[in-house]
Amino acid sequence: MSEQDQDKPPEEVPVSEPESSPSEPEGSPSGPEGSPTVEAAAEPEPPKEEKPPWLLNPQVPQWQDEDDDPTAVSLRTSCPGAVLSARSFAGDLILVIRREQIAEVAECLKNELGFGYMVDIAGADYPDREERFEVVYHFYAHSEEKRIRLKVSTADGTSVPTVSHLWPGANWPEREVFDMYGIRFEGHPDMTRILTWEGFNGHPLRKEFPVEGIDTGAAIYPEYYDQSQGPISGDGTGWKVPEPPEEPVAEEAEEAEEEGPQGDGSPAGGPAENGATTDGAS
Amino acid sequence: MGLMDSMESNVLTTTYDKVFNWARRSAIWPMQFGLACCAIEMMAVLDPRHDMSRFGSEVFRASPRQSDLMLVAGTVSEKMAPIIRRLWDQMPEPKWALAMGACATCGGPYRTYAVTQGVDRVVPVDVYVPGCPPRPEALLWGLMHLQRKIDRMQVGIPKADPAKVEAAEA
Repeated sequence: MSEQDQDKPPEEVPVSEPESSPSEPEGSPSGPEGSPTVEAAAEPEPPKEEKPPWLLNPQVPQWQDEDDDPTAVSLRTSCPGAVLSARSFAGDLILVIRREQIAEVAECLKNELGFGYMVDIAGADYPDREERFEVVYHFYAHSEEKRIRLKVSTADGTSVPTVSHLWPGANWPEREVFDMYGIRFEGHPDMTRILTWEGFNGHPLRKEFPVEGIDTGAAIYPEYYDQSQGPISGDGTGWKVPEPPEEPVAEEAEEAEEEGPQGDGSPAGGPAENGATTDGAS
Repeated sequence: MGLMDSMESNVLTTTYDKVFNWARRSAIWPMQFGLACCAIEMMAVLDPRHDMSRFGSEVFRASPRQSDLMLVAGTVSEKMAPIIRRLWDQMPEPKWALAMGACATCGGPYRTYAVTQGVDRVVPVDVYVPGCPPRPEALLWGLMHLQRKIDRMQVGIPKADPAKVEAAEA
């Protein structure tokens, strides 16, 4: 490297020209030093703006067909009829898979083709399409350092086979997709909401869900926190001065019966139940 | 409290106030409640440069039962709000809450379904410290502002009722 640096000034012109000619069109000044001492004298016009090398030949990625990609070919033989299309974009291989066969395609990818790492399971909502949702799977093969993306289209209310029996780590991403979009996964051991809170109704990442949220109400202490003071209707005065709620005598007898095993019929027992129980039924 | 209400503030109660308020303002024990990025600035207030222990707040208690001040530092999500309320209820009187940062004050830049638009929707806040995140000096300003608020406390007047405090001060 030091030799190159010493030799650089006198050999600047002949060394840089053969390097730059395949990548840049002739005539443009090359590199930061450039060889303008030779070419600027010949240029009658003012020198053009020097762009950095990475902007000189912008390449916009295009969709390319990859029907003869080895992964797609082996999938077509082992799981016939599953791969609907195989394309690549900017170097990423993307296969569109039929919804019913996603589990066997994933098993084939994991066991035979070496894609043992499930990177992510995500969802997407295209409201203009007939099957508006898309579940996107990303897999990675450590040994070959290859990535692959599978897309599965599904409609509202139609469930997708789960892959959580192959990857235990797929449990939570599938729950997240269910929570955000409402796409159910057949055979999933625990199909409940994971990111939103108890008492939340709705699927936030659908396109018709407003960004500010809706007043679904949360299971916060109802006697302290007005349930209608949600993100939309609330004006910041939802809390009340903390005084224990006064219960009529008749109700107290009933509540004492209900909360017998707890020992104390104090109101603190009620809200603690609301907040603490995990929601098994959505 | 009826007896106290009937008495005007005399030298006995004001001296009592002075002593107790001095004691309370000089040793505010915060409860560590760093939720998000503002927690880093809260930790920066504890470092030797902006020393918070010179205000008596060196001990950050992990338990709400042993702390005076709830320093809500960070974004409060709707899922965390009932937990904050429960911890607030477990703190013994006198207790104060300081909303640190834009997210705890008003939801910050997050006007979404999952962020509580200000922790004052769940907890009565005494001092708001704006910033994103506020500089450690700003948090110290908030703490000193709270100390001045504590100095105005009077015996016999519940802290949670600002109307009575105003009437007593006027």
